Amino acid sequence: MSAQAASMAPDGSGLLARLVLWFETAAAWFLGIVWIAPLLYAVWAAIHPTGYAARFELLAPLTLSNFAAAWDAAPFARYFLNTFILVTMILGAQLVLCTLAAFAFARSAFFGSQVLFALVLAQLMVMPDVLLVENYRTMRDLGLVDTIVAIGLPYMASAFGIFLLRQAFKQVPKELEEAARVEGLSTLAILWRVYVPLARPTYIAYGLTSVSYHWNNFLWPLVITNTVDTRPVTVGLSVFASTDQGIDWAIISAATLMSSAPLLVAFLLFQRQFVQSFMRAGIR
Amino acid sequence: MRSRATVHAWLLLTPALVLLAAFTHWPAVATIWHSLFTTPRGNRPARFIGLENYADLLDDPIFWQSLWNNAIYAAATIPLSIVIALAMALWVNARIPGRTALRMAYFTPTVLPMIAVANLWLFFYTPDYGLLDQVLRGLFGFGATNWIGTPETALGAMIVVAVWKEAGFFMIFYLAALQAIPPSLHEAAIVEGASRARIFWRVTLPLLGPTTLFILVNAVINAFRLIDHVVVMTRGGPDNATSLLLFYIYQAGFRFWDTALASTLTVVLLLILAALAAIQFLVLEKRVHYR
Repeated sequence: MSAQAASMAPDGSGLLARLVLWFETAAAWFLGIVWIAPLLYAVWAAIHPTGYAARFELLAPLTLSNFAAAWDAAPFARYFLNTFILVTMILGAQLVLCTLAAFAFARSAFFGSQVLFALVLAQLMVMPDVLLVENYRTMRDLGLVDTIVAIGLPYMASAFGIFLLRQAFKQVPKELEEAARVEGLSTLAILWRVYVPLARPTYIAYGLTSVSYHWNNFLWPLVITNTVDTRPVTVGLSVFASTDQGIDWAIISAATLMSSAPLLVAFLLFQRQFVQSFMRAGIR
Repeated sequence: MRSRATVHAWLLLTPALVLLAAFTHWPAVATIWHSLFTTPRGNRPARFIGLENYADLLDDPIFWQSLWNNAIYAAATIPLSIVIALAMALWVNARIPGRTALRMAYFTPTVLPMIAVANLWLFFYTPDYGLLDQVLRGLFGFGATNWIGTPETALGAMIVVAVWKEAGFFMIFYLAALQAIPPSLHEAAIVEGASRARIFWRVTLPLLGPTTLFILVNAVINAFRLIDHVVVMTRGGPDNATSLLLFYIYQAGFRFWDTALASTLTVVLLLILAALAAIQFLVLEKRVHYR
């Protein structure tokens, strides 16, 4: 809006408007460069031999050996598998649980529903990360310490998901539901055939947020896992970077890029859908 | 009929409520209970000691330092990330050359794991041959600075990383809101002869109110939750200069295995979050027109 308004300004202030636009463009680009610099630097360090990590020469020799070294130095394949299982499990459970709960909150006003909804929303402020000491105790009592299920369990009933889907379900016209009832559909069939399809943008936006959150989540997995068989990529990367490598930046950069790559590539491919689903979901 | 609908609602809600109760409500209550006991050590079981843990906490300099650090961390990251996010959204929404590339650059930190990001910033902050020192030496002739090893600069360095990580995510919400504003409003304001600044303050900003509230809530929560980079980059050091509340909880619970201290700290953090939630609910909800 700002540059648009500038170009529409009356002629008298044309020069000033152009100066402002020029200044804003420069500031925007400066910020953009600062924001992307760490990633660009990681790419630079990862594709050159170690000696060039802090020396920037245009003709420095290229290499992929850092990636190979990082891949061999830690069980990254296993870490990726763990993260993949974790993220899929959480998302699947969240979609089912949140859909059911959101539907109940959106469409039936029963005794105590307001209080229950407030209790659900409490999780927005008190994220499971904050309660890691007690949750660890619970997992120990359940015998679940160092399992992938334990990483996922506290996040499966997501207040954020319930909140978003409830908003989406509330916008579905009541007439559609009544028509479906006349057709003789059961409550679950109505949910599945009427509500879920209409809330698609919300599902996409929520799904993307959930996947990126849990792919990147660190503290709780760090606490609850302690073997290679359960560690997700984030924890694996931290173990790798802190113990084995000392300060070999080339290899750490390669490992860092590898662990971020799947999400980064997915984001670059689906960037437009990502942003648009956020906008259509009306998260505002 | 009515009671059947109620039964249906309860059936739909039960799975989510059971998990929420088990991993949010129960631990919140249990942590209060456990904060009244000693830490079990070896063959000595936990012993009820009333409020003694709280008395100890008041005498604990690391607790006060963590609290103070967290206050600074919140006071800096919340406004900075919101203002930068708004600026980004305005720029990306305008006709600035290369805005698609810019949007991507701004948003990229969001999809990178904080722990990966921490590794990259570690190198940025490395004394002498890290990127930051190289740039500062090139531009201003500064000497080597140990950014995360010096108590005066370490917390600031953590704040920069957090703002860098968050701003792009918040930008998306502002962008969505900006694009939902009907263009006719701006056109009408321009016809009326309103200046750009006036349009921004009188038209755009009020319409962004609900979005700002949503982002504010997220930023507040993150100010107490986002400590991954502290764990990796400084481990709370040097000399507890970057110890935040949740980090101290983590350290007490899983480094010192002092569950009494960790439970007591958790209660304090829960009280802070509850107070903030109450403020948001009572003060802000009334002033912002939510749909």
